[in-house]
Amino acid sequence: MRVVYVLPLVMILLLGVFSILQLEKVGSGGGVDKLPSVLIDRPVPDFDLPPIQGRDQGWGSKDLLGQVTLVNIFGSWCVACQQEHPYLVTIKSRDLVKIYGIDWREKTPEAGPAWLKRYGDPYHRVGDDPKSHAAIAFGVTGAPESFIVDKKGVIRHKHTGPITPEVWAKELWPVIQQLKKEKVE
Amino acid sequence: MRPTLIAAALLAALPFAQAWAVEPHEILKDPTLEARAREVGKQLRCVVCQNQAIDDSNAELAGDMRVLVRERIQAGDSNQQVIDYMVDRYGDYVLLDPPFKARTLVLWIGPGVIALLGLGWLASYFRRREGVGGQTVVAAGEQVQPLSDEERRRLDQLMKDENA
Repeated sequence: MRVVYVLPLVMILLLGVFSILQLEKVGSGGGVDKLPSVLIDRPVPDFDLPPIQGRDQGWGSKDLLGQVTLVNIFGSWCVACQQEHPYLVTIKSRDLVKIYGIDWREKTPEAGPAWLKRYGDPYHRVGDDPKSHAAIAFGVTGAPESFIVDKKGVIRHKHTGPITPEVWAKELWPVIQQLKKEKVE
Repeated sequence: MRPTLIAAALLAALPFAQAWAVEPHEILKDPTLEARAREVGKQLRCVVCQNQAIDDSNAELAGDMRVLVRERIQAGDSNQQVIDYMVDRYGDYVLLDPPFKARTLVLWIGPGVIALLGLGWLASYFRRREGVGGQTVVAAGEQVQPLSDEERRRLDQLMKDENA
């Protein structure tokens, strides 16, 4: 019979249902645009960053070994970084995990240090990355992005977007606690 | 008149409007190396844009990626090594042409299969289709029987009645 005539209607309905489901997914935080990091379960790429202006220590991939760390890519130009920043300061004040910062693509050398002075400094170390060397090594597409690195220097988790108290409690802290228990032989 | 002239001028200029975003200070002195960098740059996706090569994008990250491509080429990497370096970090997504492998099989042959299915359906649909007024439309390959003398006479009679 004329199934053909109702077929477009059925297809539109299916499309609608699919769209709504995807919207729900985005609404609940699981964005469809998120790229999976190919770096999960692989060692931190080799790099060495100079310190930001006014400091004497930068950091490189070797500094991460022997401890569970949180690597955070930020920039003074990045609005979402400002949003997560107070919570990073809280993490530091509670001494939950050492945060290694990558100050990404500052227009001027003063911009990063000035920003940290104004909003607080949650980082154990900060490296200056004006030309995206470390950012590309980490496969970063935007800021903020954060990586949890285990004691052997292997990337175990990636979070795109700001770290909110909720993200921390549900997503990051459980992974960090788990990794802290792992033994390095 | 004026708008026509402007339109014509714009149209004439179109072939020259190549959208290179490569900045002058990025360009390597060695033309062969630079040519290789362009070759690589055309194949790499700007990861903060939707569908642009890093060579065509004005995004800052694309610029940094172009510079990195040149650094690696100058350091002696082959084109493939540079591309592998990027794929290592960003995954296949960084390639403008997705590679042909098991995971992307559907992506590559899917449209062809769907088109074939559609054509098959169309063919069978037309073969079975009934024409206007219940007359069967003759399908390709079907034998057409000429009218017999008796049928022809009847047809002539009917036509005559119609015209009368």
